[in-house]
Amino acid sequence: MSTWRVGWLIARKDLRIEWRSRVITNQVLPFAFVTMVIFGIALDANTDVLELVAPGLVWLATMFSLLLLVQRAFSVEADDGALDAMRVAGVDARGIFLGKAIGLVVQLLVLEVLLLCAAMVLYGETIRLDGVVLLVTTMVSATCGLAAVGTLYGGLAAGSKGRETLLPLLTLPAVAPVLIGATRAVESALGTGVAELSEGWQWVSLLTVFAVVFGVGGALAFGPLIDE
Amino acid sequence: MTTLDPKPTDTPSDGGTVTPSRSTGTNATRVIGIAAAVAMAWLVLFALVISPADVNQGESVRLLYIHVPTIWVAYLSFVVTAVASGIYLFTKKHSLGWDRLAGASAEFGVAFVGLTLIVGSLWGRLTWGVFWQWDARLTTTALLFVAYIGYLAVRRLGGSHQQRAKRSAVVGLLSVLLIPLVHWSVVIWRSLHQTASIANTEGDIKMDGTMLFTLFVGVVAFSLLYVWLVMHRTRAMAMEDMLEDRGLDVALAERRAEGAGR
Repeated sequence: MSTWRVGWLIARKDLRIEWRSRVITNQVLPFAFVTMVIFGIALDANTDVLELVAPGLVWLATMFSLLLLVQRAFSVEADDGALDAMRVAGVDARGIFLGKAIGLVVQLLVLEVLLLCAAMVLYGETIRLDGVVLLVTTMVSATCGLAAVGTLYGGLAAGSKGRETLLPLLTLPAVAPVLIGATRAVESALGTGVAELSEGWQWVSLLTVFAVVFGVGGALAFGPLIDE
Repeated sequence: MTTLDPKPTDTPSDGGTVTPSRSTGTNATRVIGIAAAVAMAWLVLFALVISPADVNQGESVRLLYIHVPTIWVAYLSFVVTAVASGIYLFTKKHSLGWDRLAGASAEFGVAFVGLTLIVGSLWGRLTWGVFWQWDARLTTTALLFVAYIGYLAVRRLGGSHQQRAKRSAVVGLLSVLLIPLVHWSVVIWRSLHQTASIANTEGDIKMDGTMLFTLFVGVVAFSLLYVWLVMHRTRAMAMEDMLEDRGLDVALAERRAEGAGR
């Protein structure tokens, strides 16, 4: 079985589990929503400020949710020793990495769209038509990077003691470039503050390089990392 | 119940050449240790007594004689960690010696970055009037600090020595990949959005000859200190590993003796 085929099967399986268990809709989405609300409270519900910082808050909420999604994605595997079983069965580690990452990308994209809608409602953010291409490109490239980092460190921490606390410690510094890049690019796309549309594209290149580096590095490193 | 003597376990399973000595000191570390102590005394003399106060910064310039050498040593130690991780991962032997070197080096790297950040923020308060500036270099350094704390946490995840080594080597190499990415992102971020800095981080200081020499002494002193610390720490780690292995062997022998006695 080719790597891509394995990846596709694992992604489909993960998404089906998530679809049936409803953990995302019942827990992760409400969590992300609550995060958006408490950001508003922390910033004193000042709509001028909120509109200005909305892109950053959307990405921050995405990253916190990423931590939950990654833990969820790997507890599904680690609980029954499925990860080890797949390795023993000779399943390609790169395929597992790919599948897990694709599953995360799909879930994160859905989450981001909903968070963006929440930002429009709660923070008074508006989307302009000429920025849509930049917005979508940014979301896709940033999400690929986030998913790659999350899968990599999630696999590393899976099954070990203290993983709940280790995952954020490893993931958040690593995704800091994504937070910076994606926030600025979305600011440009939405025209928040004084951001211009053309400025956004240099951030997309950063996000793409990040996604490629961690995608390739993660796929290569995943095998040694999960082998016990 | 008798405990079998685990005699052949003095040589660790990785085949590294670790002498079963109780001390981590050798002649080499003693010489380096004395040299480091002398250099430190030299640094104190130059930094506090001989070198003049700066025209603009006044006495606070003396903080830089710690700040600059510590960040230099921190970067050096992260490079050593990356190189040692790479050698561990890509050589056939997978020698745990390289893994321990990577770990020891990262520990001191984190300690020295921490020192750099503390001293730097004190200096910033005196010179710029603020403890922290969201300047590109500062932000990168802070993220680096946290990333390597994560690396040290990975080392403590447990499992066999080889497992620890493999995991941490991968994370050590990835953390190095991260440095240029973080730096790149932070540099464009700040260059786009920062209107005016409170003070220039570099440049406007015209270096006096004595000051430059003091900095040089600082770099030498802290580099020697680093080498001395890493040598001791690497050996202490080898002993820790040996102790764990021996504990396991003793436990195995006990179980075997139990089974035989039944």
